Amino acid sequence: MKIESRLAQIGSIEEPVTGSISYPIYQATAYRHPRLGQSTGFDYARTKSPTRSVLEEAAAELESGDAAFACSSGMAALQTIFAMFSQGDHLIVSLDLYGGTYRLLERIMSRFGVATSYIDTNDIEGMEKLRRPETKAVLIETPTNPLMMVTDIKAVCGWAKDKGLLTIVDNTLLTPFFQRPLELGADIVIHSATKYLGGHNDVLAGLIVTKGEELSKEMGILHNSIGAVLGPQDSWLLMRGMKTLALRMERHQYNATRLAEYLQGHPAVAEVFYPGLKDHPGHEIQNRQSSGNTGIFSFKVKDARYVEPILRHIRLIAFAESLGGVESLMTYPAVQTHADIPEEIRRAVGVDDRLLRFSVGIEHADDLIDDLGQALEAARTEIEGGVQA
Amino acid sequence: MSGQGKQPENGRAADKRRFATKLIHFGSEVDEFTGASSTPIVQASTFHHHDIYNPPRHDYSRSGNPTRAAVEEAIALLEGGARGFAFASGMAAISTAFLLLSAGDHAIVTEDVYGGTYRFLTTVLSRMNIETTFVDMTDLGAVKAALKPNTRVVFMETPSNPTLKITDIAAVASWAKEHGLLTMVDNTFMSPYHQRPLELGVDIVLHSATKFLGGHSDVLAGLAVTADEELGKRLYALQNGLGAVLAPQEAWLLMRGMKTLQARMDQSENSARRLADWLSRHPGVGRVYYPGLPDHPGREVHERQSLGYGAVVSFDTGSAARAKEVLSKVRLPIVAVSLGGVESILSYPAMMSHAAMPPEVRAQRGIGDGLLRYSVGLEHIDDLIEDLEEALREA
Repeated sequence: MKIESRLAQIGSIEEPVTGSISYPIYQATAYRHPRLGQSTGFDYARTKSPTRSVLEEAAAELESGDAAFACSSGMAALQTIFAMFSQGDHLIVSLDLYGGTYRLLERIMSRFGVATSYIDTNDIEGMEKLRRPETKAVLIETPTNPLMMVTDIKAVCGWAKDKGLLTIVDNTLLTPFFQRPLELGADIVIHSATKYLGGHNDVLAGLIVTKGEELSKEMGILHNSIGAVLGPQDSWLLMRGMKTLALRMERHQYNATRLAEYLQGHPAVAEVFYPGLKDHPGHEIQNRQSSGNTGIFSFKVKDARYVEPILRHIRLIAFAESLGGVESLMTYPAVQTHADIPEEIRRAVGVDDRLLRFSVGIEHADDLIDDLGQALEAARTEIEGGVQA
Repeated sequence: MSGQGKQPENGRAADKRRFATKLIHFGSEVDEFTGASSTPIVQASTFHHHDIYNPPRHDYSRSGNPTRAAVEEAIALLEGGARGFAFASGMAAISTAFLLLSAGDHAIVTEDVYGGTYRFLTTVLSRMNIETTFVDMTDLGAVKAALKPNTRVVFMETPSNPTLKITDIAAVASWAKEHGLLTMVDNTFMSPYHQRPLELGVDIVLHSATKFLGGHSDVLAGLAVTADEELGKRLYALQNGLGAVLAPQEAWLLMRGMKTLQARMDQSENSARRLADWLSRHPGVGRVYYPGLPDHPGREVHERQSLGYGAVVSFDTGSAARAKEVLSKVRLPIVAVSLGGVESILSYPAMMSHAAMPPEVRAQRGIGDGLLRYSVGLEHIDDLIEDLEEALREA
């Protein structure tokens, strides 16, 4: 079955009693035991709940995994995975990394004696140098957020498998519609499902998909023990969002490409970071391992002073955190999503005060171009108007 | 969505309104924007910055959400604490609170702690090199003897689950304070209506709000309240950093449930007292565990620190076979895990809530194979007794 069909049919034939095409929201926390020692498969909602299960089964299938676990947020999914590790363990992680992941590793996991090294995950030689006997896993984001660096998933997984390391891939930006890391050799896929999978900026959720029986079993135990599980209403909303994932991703990709091309030719813009552009250094790897491009990209304006007026003048595009929704959002990573990463690391990666991240929604591309165009012009006039006139 | 000036300016300490009133008028009961009589469900993950110089109060729902904030403010008010936090489950609240500790730290925990907490401590935290000593928390000498140079926290559950042992909260808390230890109490069984540990010197109160606070067996939720702002900041950093937060729909359902907490607890407790009394006179039943019974060893301490006895009664049927018979014969209570709902729930700790505990540990802690736990709901007590009488007769 093609992925579009699986997506459209999530939960559609699972309800045996009424035949409801939309799977019911089971708000119940406790489930009656028919007889002692017998269970309907459901006992207590933290352990397993019917609505969440339908979502989890779909997610596992879409990512070509063996099991999936829905969590209360993307960070909750990450903390659940990290609880696999023990004091003394070491991780190798993408240098250009979501600020929340960095904070979790540096402020919380470090207190439990789990150490992390950060590196461009395309640099396998460099990773080999960082590897220690205690190294347990590699965590990659591809493309990275916000600089859209592309990592060759197959190459990293091959190396990691060879060295007995787990590979964890954050697949938030591409979703299984465009990229399926488990098929490329990864062991665990993680999602902030708040983003493209949910797609409407109205659900906070995380997903973990695992490959292999043992790993799946271990993750199930942690998911239940830590208890950072997704509620039934949100599981249902997430499934509802996922039914239109294919349509949305195609439109996000089309709009992002149009906007990236537009900005590339704009005099106020210095650089555009989008793997869909032919001159992007990761363009070729991206095309090999993914069937499409995400809906977000970043760009650097020529002068940091443009940033404030741009954010003030955008009308259609909202100035807010997060990404992946039907509505377009603009983020200023240096002060919002990546504020928790120390400035020297941010600058080394390229997340500086000229960088803006644009999550392109599914509005008409021409309207987005008009809105951004007028904001850029207004910013240029404000900053340089006096001089040029 | 602040309190509309209904609370006195100088904060909660001066809030002399009675508990039943606070349950209904907790600060966010009326929506500021529309005047709606119920806080809206703000199902948004992110928030527009109308003015980049004045960011909105909430910018991302993991970090803060208006609906969740309403229930967090409500529980802080009800427990008499500085800050409240809502989590995806009781275990999410408990696991997040324990992550205040660091590798190398030591925790003293009540020995008949909830099975899920036991599992988290012995499988996840132990890997992070956080060590736990389980003690009989009713014995202050035993608690003191467990102190080590690296002890950081004392975790209590009172009444405990399922044997309803009573810990002297103030005594343990004041000893802990002398030694610079953090104290936490799982207040799930009592709810703030019957017991407010922060008033007894405790630092953090935790709830499986799935139980009495939610009250309808339809919301999975956890709550935490810190006594002071400083601890509140530290717990907030973990709530946001780890992300095990409660969703807006669930936060709203929880708030809705909490409004009837006192009415439900009153009714359930009256019934539980009658049930415990009846069971203790039943020839086919062994020991009955309920802090309201005259012969309960912790009754005096419990009466000093709590305003009620709660709605959970455990009793010994004598053997696994008999317990299983009763479970298969009862018609009214649902046979399930969990407790604290409007419907009565009968559960079998050995195979359900405490299954994560090894059998020998369970036996040591008095959770025998014949033990049943009855969470008394809102049905008529005569119906519940008739039903159980029949099940016991047949068994």
